[in-house]
Amino acid sequence: MRRYSAFAIAREALRHHTGWNRAWRSRDPKKHYKVIVIGAGGHGLATAYYLGKNYGIRDIAVLEKGWLGGGNTGRNTTIIRSNYLQDPSAAIYEKSRSLYETFSQDVNYNAMFSPRGVLMLAQTHHEVRGYQRTAHANALQGVETEFVGPERVKEIVPIINIDGPRYPVLGALWQPRGGTARHDAVAWGYARACSGMGMDIIQKCEVTGVRSDGGTVTGVTTTKGDIACDKLAIVVAGHSGHLAGMAGFRLPIESVALQALVSEPIKPCMDCVVMANTVHGYMSQSDKGEMVIGGGADGYNNYTQRGSFHHVEETVRALVETFPMISRLKMMRQWGGIVDMTGDRSPIISKTPLGNTFINCGWGTGGFKSIPGSGWAMAELVAKGEPGPLAAEFGLDRFREGRFIDESVAAGVAH
Amino acid sequence: MSHRLPQGGRLVNRDAPVGFTFDSKRMQGLEGDTLASALLANGQGIVNRSYKYHRPRGILASGPEEPNALVGLGQGKRFEPDQRATTTELFDGLSAMSQNAWPSLGFDAMAVNQWFASMMPAGFYYKTFIWPRSFWMHIYEPVIREAAASGLPPKEEDCDTYEHFHAFVDLLIVGGGIAGLQAALTAGKSGATVMLVEQAAHWGGRAPVDGAEIEGQPAEVWINETLQTLGTMKNVRLRTRCMGAGVYDHGYALAYERLTDHAPEAEGPRHRLWKIRARQIVTATGAIERPLSFAGNDLPGVMLASAVRDYVVNFGVAPGHRTVIVTNNDDAYRTALTLIDAGLEVPVVIDVRDRVNSPLAREVSRRGVAVETGAAVMKVKGKKGVEGVMLCRANGTGGAGAPVECDSVAMSGGWSPVVHLWSHCGGKLTWSDENAHFHPDPNRAPTGAEGEVFVRTAGIASGAMGTGSVLQDASAAGAAAARAAGFTAKSAAARAADAEEAPMKPVWVMPEQALPELRSKMFLDFQNDVKVSDVQLAAQEGYESVELTKRYTTLGMANDQGKLSNINGLAILAGSLGAEIPQVGTTTFRPPYQPISFGSIAGEARGEIFQPLRRTPMHEWHEANGAYWEPVGHWRRPYCYQQPGETIEQAVQREVRTTRASLGLLDASTLGKLVVKGPDAGRFLDMLYTNKMSTLKPGRCRYGLMCNENGFLSDDGVVARIDEDTFLCHTTSGGADRIHGWMEDWLQCEWWDWKVYVANVTEQCGQIAVVGPNARKVLERLGGMDVSRQALPFMGWADGELAGTPVRIYRISFSGELSYEIAVPAGRARALWDKLFAAGVEFGATAYGTEALHIMRAEKGFIMIGDETDGTVIPQDLGLDWAISKKKDDYLGKRAQQRSFMTSPDRWKLVGLETLDGSVLPDGAYALGEGDNANGQRNTIGRVTSSYHSPTLGRGIAMGLVKHGPDRMGEVIRFGKTDGGTIEAKIVSPVFYDPDGEKQDV
Amino acid sequence: MLILQCPYCGIQCDETELAPGGQAHLKRHGPGSSDEDFEAYLFDRDNPMGVHFERWRHANGCGKWFLAARCTTTLEVFGTYSAQTTEPPAEIADRIRARRPNWEGRT
Repeated sequence: MRRYSAFAIAREALRHHTGWNRAWRSRDPKKHYKVIVIGAGGHGLATAYYLGKNYGIRDIAVLEKGWLGGGNTGRNTTIIRSNYLQDPSAAIYEKSRSLYETFSQDVNYNAMFSPRGVLMLAQTHHEVRGYQRTAHANALQGVETEFVGPERVKEIVPIINIDGPRYPVLGALWQPRGGTARHDAVAWGYARACSGMGMDIIQKCEVTGVRSDGGTVTGVTTTKGDIACDKLAIVVAGHSGHLAGMAGFRLPIESVALQALVSEPIKPCMDCVVMANTVHGYMSQSDKGEMVIGGGADGYNNYTQRGSFHHVEETVRALVETFPMISRLKMMRQWGGIVDMTGDRSPIISKTPLGNTFINCGWGTGGFKSIPGSGWAMAELVAKGEPGPLAAEFGLDRFREGRFIDESVAAGVAH
Repeated sequence: MSHRLPQGGRLVNRDAPVGFTFDSKRMQGLEGDTLASALLANGQGIVNRSYKYHRPRGILASGPEEPNALVGLGQGKRFEPDQRATTTELFDGLSAMSQNAWPSLGFDAMAVNQWFASMMPAGFYYKTFIWPRSFWMHIYEPVIREAAASGLPPKEEDCDTYEHFHAFVDLLIVGGGIAGLQAALTAGKSGATVMLVEQAAHWGGRAPVDGAEIEGQPAEVWINETLQTLGTMKNVRLRTRCMGAGVYDHGYALAYERLTDHAPEAEGPRHRLWKIRARQIVTATGAIERPLSFAGNDLPGVMLASAVRDYVVNFGVAPGHRTVIVTNNDDAYRTALTLIDAGLEVPVVIDVRDRVNSPLAREVSRRGVAVETGAAVMKVKGKKGVEGVMLCRANGTGGAGAPVECDSVAMSGGWSPVVHLWSHCGGKLTWSDENAHFHPDPNRAPTGAEGEVFVRTAGIASGAMGTGSVLQDASAAGAAAARAAGFTAKSAAARAADAEEAPMKPVWVMPEQALPELRSKMFLDFQNDVKVSDVQLAAQEGYESVELTKRYTTLGMANDQGKLSNINGLAILAGSLGAEIPQVGTTTFRPPYQPISFGSIAGEARGEIFQPLRRTPMHEWHEANGAYWEPVGHWRRPYCYQQPGETIEQAVQREVRTTRASLGLLDASTLGKLVVKGPDAGRFLDMLYTNKMSTLKPGRCRYGLMCNENGFLSDDGVVARIDEDTFLCHTTSGGADRIHGWMEDWLQCEWWDWKVYVANVTEQCGQIAVVGPNARKVLERLGGMDVSRQALPFMGWADGELAGTPVRIYRISFSGELSYEIAVPAGRARALWDKLFAAGVEFGATAYGTEALHIMRAEKGFIMIGDETDGTVIPQDLGLDWAISKKKDDYLGKRAQQRSFMTSPDRWKLVGLETLDGSVLPDGAYALGEGDNANGQRNTIGRVTSSYHSPTLGRGIAMGLVKHGPDRMGEVIRFGKTDGGTIEAKIVSPVFYDPDGEKQDV
Repeated sequence: MLILQCPYCGIQCDETELAPGGQAHLKRHGPGSSDEDFEAYLFDRDNPMGVHFERWRHANGCGKWFLAARCTTTLEVFGTYSAQTTEPPAEIADRIRARRPNWEGRT
């Protein structure tokens, strides 16, 4: 695999870029793989990547029913942060954030991780206390955060209105090394690196069944034929329930539509991510200049990848109130993604009732930021057959025991 | 040379000049102009610089699909970036600024980027700017961000207002061209209520420009007659400047009405967002002409052929004086004829088709214009504008080319139906080989609540291309939609003929075998500078799905969202992959059709009315007495009352001291109050609360806890038994609606045979807590009922009268003091409050807010939902076992509390905490355990749940949850601070004040 | 933006009038139930791509809970009915079968 660099571009420019190779190879599936990963979104590709990188397992097929990164990886608002309250969440999201720091160099693909900072506004006294608690927790978890006052908020984001008549800004939880990244590039970078390690990424290959023998997985049936495997990793976000059904077990998951929207692009006016949970909205500015805005989730099962306008309305209303200057900007595009919500809104990285079959799902609204950490932890689980410390608390058994990892207990509910 | 023609211009008023500025240059247009037509009339060729290469760009189109002519409009509080000059109606004093050039449009320093264009192919930024790592955030990214986008952010707060309208109609018809009018006419006659919206200021769409004839007369005549007829129909509503923006599930649609954009000084809201529920939606949204891909197709002066026609016919403006036409279809010949009729030169029509023998082509030839068939434009000559084209054969690589001098080029690559609204809610498309476009597939239409088809298309939007076909199709759509909405309708279209046209020939690259050098100058997405070579590179590198190509190249991701580039781009992609276009498919169309202002989405809800505000009966008193507010749900409660010169902290401490020493009044009206009534009410409450409520005696109160089915504490409050069948349940302020819903849930969905009724009377009652050693005295001053300890003992309640006001008094205390909570009809609460205050003067009464309330309850060790609980805490954690009935078989949450994790002896339990030096423990701090966990995080053994400075005790007090806490009384443990330091605290009883409860029970 | 008919007050409710309440026809398991049954009651939810039975409350209206049968991929509504039922009424099931011949019934 040829390295990407400015020199490579200059060399190619001389021959009109006719010499670039495919970023990832395209091929039909082999008869057997050591590991099959279902789902070529960020999490699936990251799982494959770290299986190769950390455990030397390269006989891997990543199967994707549509196109690579075509699910939530390419539909989210690209926020990366790890200022979580509970230890297990903070551990995996911080692992993820730190892997994002070096992602572009690791995979030689620029995913534009931009640690521009994430501000979570406190607009009620209850929220102030919640975020102060999170700041205390983060200090012990090795997550760099700070509770800052309204003046500092205004300094960091000059376009904010901290004196709104209804919900003045009382402070904020500030994570200076949180930020954003180019979402598609995360999937593409992993895909290219996986392909470079000799793995097969097979698009337009839908899994239609899971085959097993004596309670252990033996392979999958797909629209491109039967493929055998020693181990199976199911990493399909909103379609997890569907796949689990094929593998013969059920999941504590419901799929709902979550919405996002962008404005027309404008010159830089906001350098960090701002989340306002009391009024339900969050916003950042992409490198292209669009204001990227996350909205609410529908409270009912929905697979349509579109949602109800009233969520958009609520979110935009909140943001016009928080950032009055956006009133004369225009919404250019809105869309929905299907997110998988678990009983405690925290993810599942777990063994399953079917032998040698593992599942990674339930990231809800927190999927993008967790991609590298999730892949890291999942790779360990698949390679060793037992979860490592990052995944240990995210097992399916926690629901039976009542051992929740509930992040909504902090004031911030949205991810 | 003036570009305003001596005559013509059906939309402009030549007697009404309008002054405006562009880049601070004074210019003049006419009433009826768009900013685009006025700029063209003033000879302003370059209107912008492109996004990536800063190439000079001129006006390309005449409608909302315009990718180049985006301007910053207005100033100050009315500044707005990215306004399309083509849809901006000119008004006197309009000021517009070009967006992406420095120092000027004519000389743009960043145009050096063009020299490096070959270094900036699709996705180049994914391949570089990787090292050194710290450079991305600090050097590369800021430069890229600064270079990206073109509009400037508004600096000032918007001074305009916005509003929402709701409409419920049988039919929403989007598009006021002849198709929309015909559909409305047919549907209107059926009696169905119809709303017809048109994005432009004028009705009729393209037909008058194209010279269509209807019923044997010019289209304009029919349009005017139809409008008159529709105007007389009471069931038909017509709106111009109103764009169908989005179609959502179950017949919900958005329309975006621009009320004063064309007259900013006019009274009233600027935009109106229509939220429409329609039984049926008809999209008569027409079609958009496609550009052709030849080298230099982006130079100022190259324009869509239909746009050239629009400017001449609608505005009497000539985009050029010598215009070369290049086309793959007959329609562009209309442009040739229009130009000749206007006295302008057309040196040649370049037609890629090998033979053209149609009436339009013959007519053009007859007028003496050369028609070159099988021909193509090899490239356009010129630097900042068109100076000529090089003519070549359509097949082949182009060779040397033959020069043709001209100052403008009109191009037509065929027409694509506007399918956005059809697609928003799931409508699928099908490919037409004949017209080389996607059009709606009526067999895969969007379906509604009943599974019924609810979006139909009319006219060109369906793919019907001739005037007669358009009217037939539109009338049929109008009739079908009316019938689907439950009306009797018959299709009756106006008569018109379809013009005889030769088949078009799809051509995606010009010339067919163009070499890379030419392909890297053929623009697909003009605003994002995406070229044919970029899409080909994406395919070469494996970004094969149309969605991947789009994301890798940014094709179709600019402000126009691919309106011009979509089909051309995916045709190139299909060609590169050796696939058919329909197999490659389209990207997803998402709302809105054109960008809509955030102001319009937010609507009226700004500032004070951002959200509904709930006010207690005493709200105005609080406001007048220095309340520092705290939002609690939609309520606003006084956090404290600041007296002149007092800080918030001082106010809080004073309120606590005064209350403890003498008398304090609390507005407790926000407390939830639910009446639970019926023969099974006791049994029901036994299930809802952890303790037994059915044994409570009428006249008595009991504190109760509610858990959810996961066992976690969700609410608490005092329950009073009113009579055998009736209970009054108090909830937390934020919890009233939630708990009411919770009760209804169980009553309606689980125990529906139980005879219980619940009413939420929170807002029916004001509630005043009269607290402090002098509480009884002040009530006695008011008089009316016996409030003695004997008549009204602690945890009892009584009905009666105070100062002539009917009241119900509960002897309950959340402060540990002698306390009466007085419920009073909401309408009389303020009067009673005032009387209590007047009577309290002699005791130095103070009003106290939520913070004093919190401190006093913490001094007493009372838990607070939301402080000691956070959704993961069970009552057992809080030492509230006394409030959990052991006798009951079941209550909500009981089973969950039996799970292994809930019964673990290692759960953190409630204790009091005291620092050794009397300082205040940081709220939310964690107690440190030994060492780190497997993830390198410091182990913790507890946390602070509430922490205050107690004015009563003169030191810090805190409550917290600590592992094995109640067994460790007197032990000192350490808490982490956010600065890395630690602070020590002793584990003590959580009850700091009056542990025996003597003060409240007097 | 869904519209559901409230079977109590007969109103065609806009989604903004309604509060969603998750899966319908859950059987409550209380004290004495097995760990498996209790876990399933709390967490194990139907999540089909297709026909789904669910609870709604006409929260900003008559306040009543009701049940709905709805398709999660097209959002088609097969009908709404009383919350005081333990399984979908026959006419709802018939309507679903008429429109979704492959429907296998509640699992």
